[in-house]
Amino acid sequence: MKPRGKTLTGALAAAAALALTLSACTPGSEAPTSSAPLTSAPVETDVSKMGEQTLTVWDQEVRGGQNEQMTKLNAAFEDKYPNVTIERNSQSFEDLGKTLRLALSGNDAPDVVQANNGRNTMGSFVKAGQLLPLDAWAQAYGWTERFPASVLKYSQYSTDGTTFGSGSVYGLPQVGEVVGVFYSKKKLQSLGLDVPSDWAGFESATATAKDKGETPLLLGNIEKWPAGHVFGPLQGAKAPAEDIEKLGFGNAGSTWNTPENEAAAAELADWNAKGYFNEGVNGTEYDAAWQNLAKGEGVFLMGGSWMAADLADAMGEDVGFFAPPATAGTGAHTTGGTGLPFTVTSKTENPDLAAAYIDFITNDEAMAVLADTGNLPVINTQKYAPASGVLKDVYTEFETVTTKGALLPYLDYATPSMGDTLGDSLQGLLAGKLDAKAFTDAMEADYAGFTQGK
Amino acid sequence: MPASPKASDTTGGPGTRSARHGRTITPYLFIAPALAVYTAFMLYPLARSVHLSLFEWDGLSLATFVGVGNYTDILADERLRAAFGHAAAFIFFYALLPCGIGLVLAAVLTRAKVRALPLFRVLVFLPQVIAMVVVSVAWKQIYAPDGLLNSGLRSIGLEALTRSWLGDYAFALPAVGLVGSWVSTGLVTVLLLAGMAKIPTELFEAARLDGAGAIREFFAIIVPAVRAEVTVALTLTIVASLKTFDLIYMTTSGGPGSSTTVPSYEVYRRAFETGQVGSAAAIGVTLTVIIFLITLAVNRISERGA
Repeated sequence: MKPRGKTLTGALAAAAALALTLSACTPGSEAPTSSAPLTSAPVETDVSKMGEQTLTVWDQEVRGGQNEQMTKLNAAFEDKYPNVTIERNSQSFEDLGKTLRLALSGNDAPDVVQANNGRNTMGSFVKAGQLLPLDAWAQAYGWTERFPASVLKYSQYSTDGTTFGSGSVYGLPQVGEVVGVFYSKKKLQSLGLDVPSDWAGFESATATAKDKGETPLLLGNIEKWPAGHVFGPLQGAKAPAEDIEKLGFGNAGSTWNTPENEAAAAELADWNAKGYFNEGVNGTEYDAAWQNLAKGEGVFLMGGSWMAADLADAMGEDVGFFAPPATAGTGAHTTGGTGLPFTVTSKTENPDLAAAYIDFITNDEAMAVLADTGNLPVINTQKYAPASGVLKDVYTEFETVTTKGALLPYLDYATPSMGDTLGDSLQGLLAGKLDAKAFTDAMEADYAGFTQGK
Repeated sequence: MPASPKASDTTGGPGTRSARHGRTITPYLFIAPALAVYTAFMLYPLARSVHLSLFEWDGLSLATFVGVGNYTDILADERLRAAFGHAAAFIFFYALLPCGIGLVLAAVLTRAKVRALPLFRVLVFLPQVIAMVVVSVAWKQIYAPDGLLNSGLRSIGLEALTRSWLGDYAFALPAVGLVGSWVSTGLVTVLLLAGMAKIPTELFEAARLDGAGAIREFFAIIVPAVRAEVTVALTLTIVASLKTFDLIYMTTSGGPGSSTTVPSYEVYRRAFETGQVGSAAAIGVTLTVIIFLITLAVNRISERGA
């Protein structure tokens, strides 16, 4: 053993020496210290005058209709401006989330990237000065008129990254998302129920379904995050929208420790205790839950509008969608937002071209292409609503929520660690490990820790 | 090439130094290419991880030097302490349990002269050659609330025992651990079968004559004879248990709550999801040191015993 020990000591000494030489450079020191606003230069909006250009775009539009719209819009852009070549790099949402950090800090960064809105992604990029504030182009192209303020705020940060929901525009989304309730029309009919028109109606419908021996609500929560899309609308029905917005955007000035938030958590736990959910929600997969709705094993499924396409394929005309408002006839306060915004990196050599491209894929004609390919256009949604089917419900509800109700941010946007905290705590709440108070305490600890630590 | 060692030793004078020098440098020249690769892909990343672990860094903006802060956090953070605790539990499921089962299984197979032994070996070894991701997905289905395990229990009237195995705070860790046992047992058994095949049959005959039964044979002959194989099996499976990542990532994401999270999952989560690169590096380094110490201990103990 002796000789081995000696080589080991040698190796450790060598490693230590190497570590010492490395310590000369602090991690992240190669990153830009502040983002140059670039607003002084006049904005060029005529792409045809820019000469031969290559634009690198990283997106996550990999699924059927999403990929189709992207291909169409890119081709249309290249047709209109033959001097531009688009180099598209498309990865799944998960993959893009993981590679973007490295790509942005590297020397060969793409020009346009689709970055998730929350603090974890877009927030960190803005803070690190890796995205360009697009105010000058927003003005030139009239983006503030094109997008309602309630939608645009999902892409707005202060330039130091501390405030989310106001400040400079950092990107534009193409599609909208709204969380609501999917249901089986046949089931509802056999139970003698109408589509609930308000929150109280929805709650009494679940109770009726339970009494008649059905599983009222389907939920698969092994992935941890799906329960957030049940809690969000519950919280929206009880707590003031502006409070939830602050909590969701991770801006100071609100608290999780309110009777309303606690009541929402208590209600979720109560639903579970009353057996409104399927057995073993924490051990059921997200996909299994919606497939069970299609199989007729439940009545309602709370989830996001992005599930509509899959459900329509599986259930045809049997599936419907609604977002219950607190009082009938008003708009619901429910979780939702926008698809991932397209942003411009600060390493791009041609921000004018990047901005022109973003303008092109979010303008009126682009919205029509999005609707044609089965996506939910984020603006003038109602205009593109199909004549029937679940997509018609989704388009209508999105329009109602954005214009009459409140589109509330996803709660995991708030802090880099909030996705984990929310997921863990909701699993605890559903398993009876945490009571409503302990749940809001855990959420408050994360929220307050972040907002006060800034 | 310099003169022979003997010549240079006896002649002395100016030639000596260069000869000695040549003699010491030549072996290093031979290993230089391998060493360069090893340095670039192993030592440098290792040193860089140690370096990173001394900073608080989100992976994007300028890092702050925190010294050993990330390491003391490992002790202070309840979630992380629990993660290391779960890794310890996994040593039982991945290493100790399979070794126990493997010893008995291999002994039975060796002594019983099973006819389809090669086929059986293949079957037992099969989990080893399937990608862990596939294993995880398959077991996730088995453990699902309406999965194979629960339907099986229902069909034999044990309705009361059914539960959502991976979503249950008490059962998720053993459930995931047993998947590890299932995978490891094959490797251990095949290793031990090879070891037992080397035992001279005369030993068993002699024991029989002295009136030893199967159990006596097992403890007096088989176990001591396969000590080296057990060491190898333990080393491999303990390392596998401590660096478990794919199984957790694919099945529970550390849930429910944080009841099945393990250090390597925390490394991933912190480095790629929550932007705590320094903390992730510190966990990684700590895990490396622990794995190193445990394997060292296993090998020391077995060498001393031999």
